[in-house]
Amino acid sequence: MSDPLHARPHERKVVLSLAGITKRFGAMTANEAVDLDLHAGEIVALLGENGAGKTTLMNILFGHYVADEGEVRIAGPEGQLVPLEPGSPHAALNAGIGMVHQHFALAENLTAFENIVLGTRPLLSPSTSSRADRQRLEALMRDSGLTVDLDLRVSRLSVGEQQRVEILKALYRDARVLVLDEPTAVLTPQESEGLFATLRQLAGKGLAIVFISHKLAEVLSASDRVAVLRMGRKVADLPTAECDRQKLAELMVGHSLSHSRREPRAPGDVLLAFEGVSAGTGREAVRDLSLTLRSGEILGVAGVSGNGQAMFARLVSGLERATTGRILLAGRDVTAQDARAMIAAGIARIPEDRHRDGIVGAMSVAENLVIEEIRSERYQRFGFLDFSAIAARAREAIDAHDIRCRGGSAISRLLSGGNIQKIVLARTLDAEPMVVLAAQPSRGLDIGATGEVHRRLLAARARGAGVILISEDLDELFALSDRIAVIHRGQLSVARDADELDRATVGLMMAGHAEEAA
Amino acid sequence: MIRFEPRETVSPFLRVGVPVAAALAALALAALPIMAAGAPVLQAYALMAKGAFGSFFAVSELLSRATPLILTGLAAALAFRARLWNIGGEGQLYAGALAAVAVGSGAISAPPAVMIPLVLLAGAMAGAMMMLVPALLKLRLGADEVVTTLLLNFVVLLFVQMMLEGPMKDPMGMGWPQSEPMADAAMLPKLFDRMRVHAGLIVALVTALLAHILLARTVWGFEIRAVGENQDAARHAGIPVTATFVRVALFSGALAGLAGVGEVAGLKGYLTADLSPGFGYAGIVVAMLAGLSPLGVVVAALFIAGVFVGADSMSRAIGVSNYLADLVVATSLIAVLVSGLFVRFRVRLVGPGRRASAGKDIVA
Repeated sequence: MSDPLHARPHERKVVLSLAGITKRFGAMTANEAVDLDLHAGEIVALLGENGAGKTTLMNILFGHYVADEGEVRIAGPEGQLVPLEPGSPHAALNAGIGMVHQHFALAENLTAFENIVLGTRPLLSPSTSSRADRQRLEALMRDSGLTVDLDLRVSRLSVGEQQRVEILKALYRDARVLVLDEPTAVLTPQESEGLFATLRQLAGKGLAIVFISHKLAEVLSASDRVAVLRMGRKVADLPTAECDRQKLAELMVGHSLSHSRREPRAPGDVLLAFEGVSAGTGREAVRDLSLTLRSGEILGVAGVSGNGQAMFARLVSGLERATTGRILLAGRDVTAQDARAMIAAGIARIPEDRHRDGIVGAMSVAENLVIEEIRSERYQRFGFLDFSAIAARAREAIDAHDIRCRGGSAISRLLSGGNIQKIVLARTLDAEPMVVLAAQPSRGLDIGATGEVHRRLLAARARGAGVILISEDLDELFALSDRIAVIHRGQLSVARDADELDRATVGLMMAGHAEEAA
Repeated sequence: MIRFEPRETVSPFLRVGVPVAAALAALALAALPIMAAGAPVLQAYALMAKGAFGSFFAVSELLSRATPLILTGLAAALAFRARLWNIGGEGQLYAGALAAVAVGSGAISAPPAVMIPLVLLAGAMAGAMMMLVPALLKLRLGADEVVTTLLLNFVVLLFVQMMLEGPMKDPMGMGWPQSEPMADAAMLPKLFDRMRVHAGLIVALVTALLAHILLARTVWGFEIRAVGENQDAARHAGIPVTATFVRVALFSGALAGLAGVGEVAGLKGYLTADLSPGFGYAGIVVAMLAGLSPLGVVVAALFIAGVFVGADSMSRAIGVSNYLADLVVATSLIAVLVSGLFVRFRVRLVGPGRRASAGKDIVA
């Protein structure tokens, strides 16, 4: 290889080689002349920002896409590299490439066992649980340390267990190469550690493993080698031992980064209070929530996705009514208010799913910037829209926040996630609200856009607003929060000073071990 | 192999060109049954065009046929913009006609300046009420409005038949199931002597312009578009989603009701149970051909009316059944629905045996 950083000679054999892969979508180049070799028994992290081309590259490897140039070669029986048929997931599977997608491809109404053996046997096979298959799979579970209850339906397994089923599925098909797309996105810190321990064990048995990530901490702790993609090109390929956070971050974004810092600040009056609030039913319910949010503080809410954060955010947003308890905003009861009243009362809401709840994709940037205030005197007269005021507001917001688009009339759906989030931030924060609810505000954003989100939340705190930050990212929570509470199965722990907490404690509380750990 | 790739932007040329192509495709496909009927295809089309545009009388017929189609087309277009699937235009049209007769056939007597607005208002309100019920069922109970509005069509038509056989039957009607005639003062004036085109056309055109202004330039229109494009985001941004649905439902029903008023008070002069040859349903085709644009509805309604009027005329001349018109209308709906795929996606042909290294045929 020509890459100078890739100096250390590998004693282990190459099982898979990507050679000069280029893939274009229209005018955009997703991958450009990417080379990557995988060796047996090694764990490679594929690091890059959103849109850097990580997933495209892996989809080419797995045959979902056909590369415009270059080819995928896989080691044959004698170790020689032979080209893999492009565009055929079937050929990739037969060659021993297993892929665990970010969104699992499991049949929820079948058992774990059925999911694993599905497709490995003829369609008209008379039974779904032959003894030989079962024994082979159990041996595999013992060897790999991946245990799941094979007879439970997948819908009843936890997310971590479903991921284990996906990995077992690949191993059961004799995978030599295992690809995992953002495997820790849905796991607790402890589950992530368990996953990487398992991967290490699998690599020890000679499996080649690639995982896609944009989290620096896990890349540094879990990989042997890091390949960094930036704007479709491989910009670095080096042993993990030679890296540190700063270096990887700079390789990823292409320039050095400045960190936003939380200045010490004495919290002020109570702005928002939840008093024993319950709402919803089933998995998404919240029970007996109590919290106080003060002026000039960021209150972090940690938790694994699906533990009631969505319902909590909907309550603060005025989209859901509490069945019991009270919500007080600066001492005033706002329990039964709707979304418009919450906006008018001075609560800025940054929704978790910005594509679904944040913007109307088919409407323009300008329209999305004014949608919350469309009935205010500023943008309408007697029910008729004031187009010049709307256009002026769009120009102002686009300039002030560097929203990259072809002007206010551009259709919002076509913008990148970071720019869509800038629209939401401009719309909600420019009016200087007293309370800010930010639900997973940096999810899926690259480092630059994440920095912008953090800067704006800290600016809101600095001018005396109270900010609720719901996040699954402990780095983000510890960097920004004055106090942190953990939500688990719909219940919120008492918020404690972030300085008194550490990642391990919060991680345990996220997994439900509240009292023992605290 | 054929691949579909989403388009980033849709050019105005495509936006207009695709429905035109769909209409032409429908006419081309209709050549097959014309041939099967043993008639010369070109002559049949020439006769259709002549029947629709060939004389002042033909144009008057075309415009009088287009009048209800504009209104039912607007009813569908407005509702569909909010993703409220009003399939009940036909029933709302009859409800409007029934109300117009109830008010205009002698119950009140006043000069035309009072009677005409009164009749229009009564029909619009009756149509709106017909749409209020499905809207509330949808919002309160989650009942699918496609089903409720569609089934209400039959309920309303049967109700009209009952009224025409019973309380509203014209005693002077020689036993025919028809209503008493409208009072002269309640009739919409004709636009030209001895021509059937009436002032309802003016009402329809002004309504189309108002609907355009409503959608494009008002807060209500902004809210309708937001709710239609992304209900979740609209609700999150504090837009009153329920109120918007109710508002759209009332507008939509009222427009279809006005179509019924026009037919009774502009054309027939009394109500029968065969007042509409499916204008409510054809309005859906009009709206789809128009891409749900209120001004486009006017053009699409003229096209569909031209097909109907032209087919009638051709049928008289060379004996091909005028069911051909229904066929063209139905085919053009299918064609416009299929063409929606081409507006949203670009089609690529990918050679089956293409090797990865030979990728020179990059997307245009």
